[in-house]
Amino acid sequence: MAYNLKQVVAEKPSRFTAGHRMCAGCGVPPVARMILRALKPEDHAVISVATGCMEVSTFIYPYTAWTDSFVHTAFECAAANASGAEAAYKALKRKGKIPEDQTTKFIAFGGDGGTYDIGLQSLSGAMERGHDMVYVCYDNGAYMNTGIQRSSATPKFSDTTTSPAGEVIPGKMQSRKDLTNIMANHHIPYVAQTAAVNNFKDLYEKSEKAIYTEGPAFLNVLAPCPRGWGYNTEDLMQINKLAVETCYWPLYEVVDGRYIVNYKPKNKLPIEEFLKPQKRFKHMFKPGNKWMIEEFQKEVDKRWEELLNLEEITNREE
Amino acid sequence: MSIRERLSGNEAAAIAMKQINPDVVAAFPITPSTEIPQYFSTFVSNGDVNTEFVAVESEHSAMAACIGAEAAGSRAMTATSANGLSLMWEMIYIASSLRLPIVMSLVNRAVSGPLNIHNDHSDAMGVRDAGWIMLFSENNQEAYDNLIMAHKIAENKNVKLPLMVCQDGFITSHSIENIELIEDDKVKVFVGEYNPEEYLLNKENPIAVGPLDLQAYLFEHKAMQADAMRNAKNVILEVSKEFEKMTGRKYSFFEEYKLEDAEIAIVCMNSTAGTTKYVVDCLREKGIKAGLLKLRVFRPFPADEIAKALENLKAVAVLDKADSLNAAGGALFEDITSAMYVNKKQVPMVNYIYGIGGRDTKSDDIESVYNDLEEIAKTGEIDNPYRYLGLRK
Repeated sequence: MAYNLKQVVAEKPSRFTAGHRMCAGCGVPPVARMILRALKPEDHAVISVATGCMEVSTFIYPYTAWTDSFVHTAFECAAANASGAEAAYKALKRKGKIPEDQTTKFIAFGGDGGTYDIGLQSLSGAMERGHDMVYVCYDNGAYMNTGIQRSSATPKFSDTTTSPAGEVIPGKMQSRKDLTNIMANHHIPYVAQTAAVNNFKDLYEKSEKAIYTEGPAFLNVLAPCPRGWGYNTEDLMQINKLAVETCYWPLYEVVDGRYIVNYKPKNKLPIEEFLKPQKRFKHMFKPGNKWMIEEFQKEVDKRWEELLNLEEITNREE
Repeated sequence: MSIRERLSGNEAAAIAMKQINPDVVAAFPITPSTEIPQYFSTFVSNGDVNTEFVAVESEHSAMAACIGAEAAGSRAMTATSANGLSLMWEMIYIASSLRLPIVMSLVNRAVSGPLNIHNDHSDAMGVRDAGWIMLFSENNQEAYDNLIMAHKIAENKNVKLPLMVCQDGFITSHSIENIELIEDDKVKVFVGEYNPEEYLLNKENPIAVGPLDLQAYLFEHKAMQADAMRNAKNVILEVSKEFEKMTGRKYSFFEEYKLEDAEIAIVCMNSTAGTTKYVVDCLREKGIKAGLLKLRVFRPFPADEIAKALENLKAVAVLDKADSLNAAGGALFEDITSAMYVNKKQVPMVNYIYGIGGRDTKSDDIESVYNDLEEIAKTGEIDNPYRYLGLRK
């Protein structure tokens, strides 16, 4: 059946409830709601969340915004916690201690700090071990919960509190880590990069695939942060759109090693369109700094070309 | 009939785990505990257990996976040593705060640095305030017995705390000694089924575990953990009695070896107690009233009971197999002297830091401590209470 946002929302009430304390204009709650909507209504989920914005604003004792089972322990181990719970599920199913008709799905969430950086090892381990789970990285490109410090997901030249744009050093001087490809190279059944665009169609469909593909799956979801990126809260969806239309954040999936680029803009927008509305890139538009925009554009183009090549190579007929 | 066997401490621990047949084991190799997951994974591969074995990529993930598994409603176990426990440290505290009765074998080894793979107790002492029940074992038999009793203690509804069973690396873990095993079916009945009241995999009653817990509640939650640790004292005694009924082997907070009429005594934990018993026997033959208090339950700390057991002695030496590097004294010494003070018992006491990094502690060394104690008992004089045993000058 063709995707229909109104129908999805009407038929699948949000399993992530109102009353959480995430910021207005934050990219995370709409993403979390939509991912959980991809669960079949009759299925139960165990959600494992890394310490970070999402955790500290959704489960402040004695309140929780989660209607499914939920576990949080620390920053770097959402994947390991989920892998333990999934192992328990297998063992208890085998021993007949869980009703036969019960289906529980395992979904871990971590920010880019908890995923690209401190949690990379536990994520890599859990994926390699083949647990039947989905790991979702909500990538907002810095340590937002502690106050906008640079991570390995922070794009080059970003002004963050630990890579401030100063007189001598103009922001973060290193390029972003390409985590989606790193996960694809774990040769797991399903890896996808997505964002909340076009009525959430891409996000919803990929979540459904990730959750219901047997074995480990990884989703990298763009999750803009109004505080860290410096955009107006009402512009969240526009920022998502620009990230995709400039090919800064390509929508693609890797199914059993085969790359599929889900959206190729007919009219690839220049990167300025994405950079301009964000205060973290403000210094790039000062006189004499055009080289930074050019360099940024070059990097985006290079990675986009690489992605198209990967699609071609992995889809070649034998 | 019990089964007579010859096993190393690691084999004994692995066999206890096989008989317990936990739902999940998550572990990472580290000397000298490596053999435990190694033996156990053989049981898994051969279908001797129906456990889900999670070969994690680090000890941090081992404990994180155990937490996930136990919170999900299953029985989870692990084993580690030294730096493995150090890497787990963050999760060790979280496991106890979430009130998850995970059971771990800790095969004691010196924590780096510098790197050393041999036995001392610096790993265990590093987590003494982490809210885990900590049982120490003199030999393979006790390591086995303590593991068989572990779940009944940890999972008790008035306790619900994780528990670690300590044994000395190499000295116990790799030495093959006689052991009496309990029949599989008896262990199964004794350990029982684990049926937690609340757990993640209960679809009918989903729960949330591990909140952000701020100023309004954390203090009370920590006090509840402390209560659970106090409750554990009675539960340990009850379970030990039940165990004695099944096996005839008697356990309590500590073992008093020829302590009743003793004038001088050593307090120590784990394998050194075996050497000390031998020395006590030799000294008794010479008419010297020597005794031993071998501590089994280090957490919860049986402060009042220890004070009572030591009150009539003329001199006591506390042996710490880890230096607290605090210019004052080892952890066990501080706990015991504090217990004596609070209970208004005044007995001359000295502390010996010994066996660091696997330095051999021979019967001569232990005898020299009793010689010192005889002198102290005579004069009441202690020039320096903080001493070393076996340190090269």
